[in-house]
Amino acid sequence: MRVFKELGKYSSLLYQGLRSSTEFSTYRKNLFQELVKVGYDSVPIIILVGIFTGSVMTLQSAYQLESAFIPLSTIGAIVSQSILIELAAVISGLVLAGKVGARVATELGTMRVSEQIDALESMGFNSVSFLVVPRVLAGILMFPVIYIVASVCGLAGGVAAGYFSGQVPPADFLEGARMYFYPWDVAFGMVKSFVFGFIITSIACYKGYFATGGAEGVGNSTTQATVLGCIYILLADFVLAALLL
Amino acid sequence: MIEIKNLKKSFGDLLVWEGVSFTIEEGDITAIIGRSGCGKSVLLKHINALLTPDEGEIIIDEKNIFDLDYVDKRLLRQKFGVLFQGSALFDSINTFENVAFPLRYFTNQNEEEIHENVMRALRYVNLENAAQQETAELSGGMRKRVGLARAIILEPKYIMYDEPTSGLDPQTADEINGLILDMASQFDVTSIVVTHDMHSVLEVADKVAFLDQQKLSWFGTIDEMKQSNQKDLVNFITASEYQIKQ
Repeated sequence: MRVFKELGKYSSLLYQGLRSSTEFSTYRKNLFQELVKVGYDSVPIIILVGIFTGSVMTLQSAYQLESAFIPLSTIGAIVSQSILIELAAVISGLVLAGKVGARVATELGTMRVSEQIDALESMGFNSVSFLVVPRVLAGILMFPVIYIVASVCGLAGGVAAGYFSGQVPPADFLEGARMYFYPWDVAFGMVKSFVFGFIITSIACYKGYFATGGAEGVGNSTTQATVLGCIYILLADFVLAALLL
Repeated sequence: MIEIKNLKKSFGDLLVWEGVSFTIEEGDITAIIGRSGCGKSVLLKHINALLTPDEGEIIIDEKNIFDLDYVDKRLLRQKFGVLFQGSALFDSINTFENVAFPLRYFTNQNEEEIHENVMRALRYVNLENAAQQETAELSGGMRKRVGLARAIILEPKYIMYDEPTSGLDPQTADEINGLILDMASQFDVTSIVVTHDMHSVLEVADKVAFLDQQKLSWFGTIDEMKQSNQKDLVNFITASEYQIKQ
């Protein structure tokens, strides 16, 4: 019963957000701030995650495929495919569920328990338009960009790890990556990151917007936003793979 | 004039109050008093339609505010200035920007006009020197005064104060009471003060609404309250006086 109630509240918040999305003048300033916070501020951690993911994938693939009968370009093909189809979107999503999801839930939760959201409403603001819409839009718009950054860094990390370990020359790596490159893989990764951006920010907004009970309540809403964000990313990953691949 | 008619509110199975009816006259300062948890702030949030009752209506400008659509409710709320219990200042922006906030979104004033109006409001609450301070650096009393400056910046018709003196030392509480009286007389606003501070009630209120035992237990002028024999009201006042003496 509680699940349906929560789902109803979540859907209602999204509906209000959708209706309020026409009030661009209300959230314009916040949208630009959020684009920076969600996108630009996440770049360092995404570069780090991307490089290490690509590097480790390359070293492990080289270890597993060590055979005179398997060309080295296969490693480039496996790593690039894995990064573009799965890892760049999912690992970035999981990392950002912590970074972005937690921040959004904490911000809105604190605003809720300190009556700042009531203050906005009592001034005549549409608080959903002012707070929720720009955050969700920033997630939807920036996650595909983050996916591209993660992909490029993952591939660069793979090339670098192969070269410095002496196991895969860059030319072989890139030959394999090129040979098995399909534009649809990138499109699929972009679609996934778009969905993940929506999931993370909308759940975090929902948990924060309806937070109750002071500091402990804000803590709980942040934890729930992060955990639910991760769970729904994995579920959405499965559903999208089943539907689109 | 605000007419509250037969209001009832519950949260789930918990009845907050029912049958609440009284009228707040133009220009009056009406205090809503009662014990902690009796639903004073809940009633306040009904008056500007932040909450919706289970039954009853509130008539403002001859319209039941609960029949208004969301856009009209937002327009109605712009007639209200609200000072929240914890001041509800936006902690991501400084004092000046907190007060300027409604002007930036609801008026077409240029930067010069905004600056002039914000500084006037801050001067009014004796905080012109704190304009550039971060809100986290402000004391409780200063936060209340910034909240008050923000509440009056759009020159509202009604001002609602939620526990304006709670958590303040007596001297600062007196300053806030003085500001409530000034607001009412200088700007000719209708004021609603939610409080359990009887000292504040005696100092500022014209009329008093006493919430007790899930209903409006008593309503009348401040002079009538002083002479009332109503048992619950007398008990409440006596307990408050005892606390003040303590």
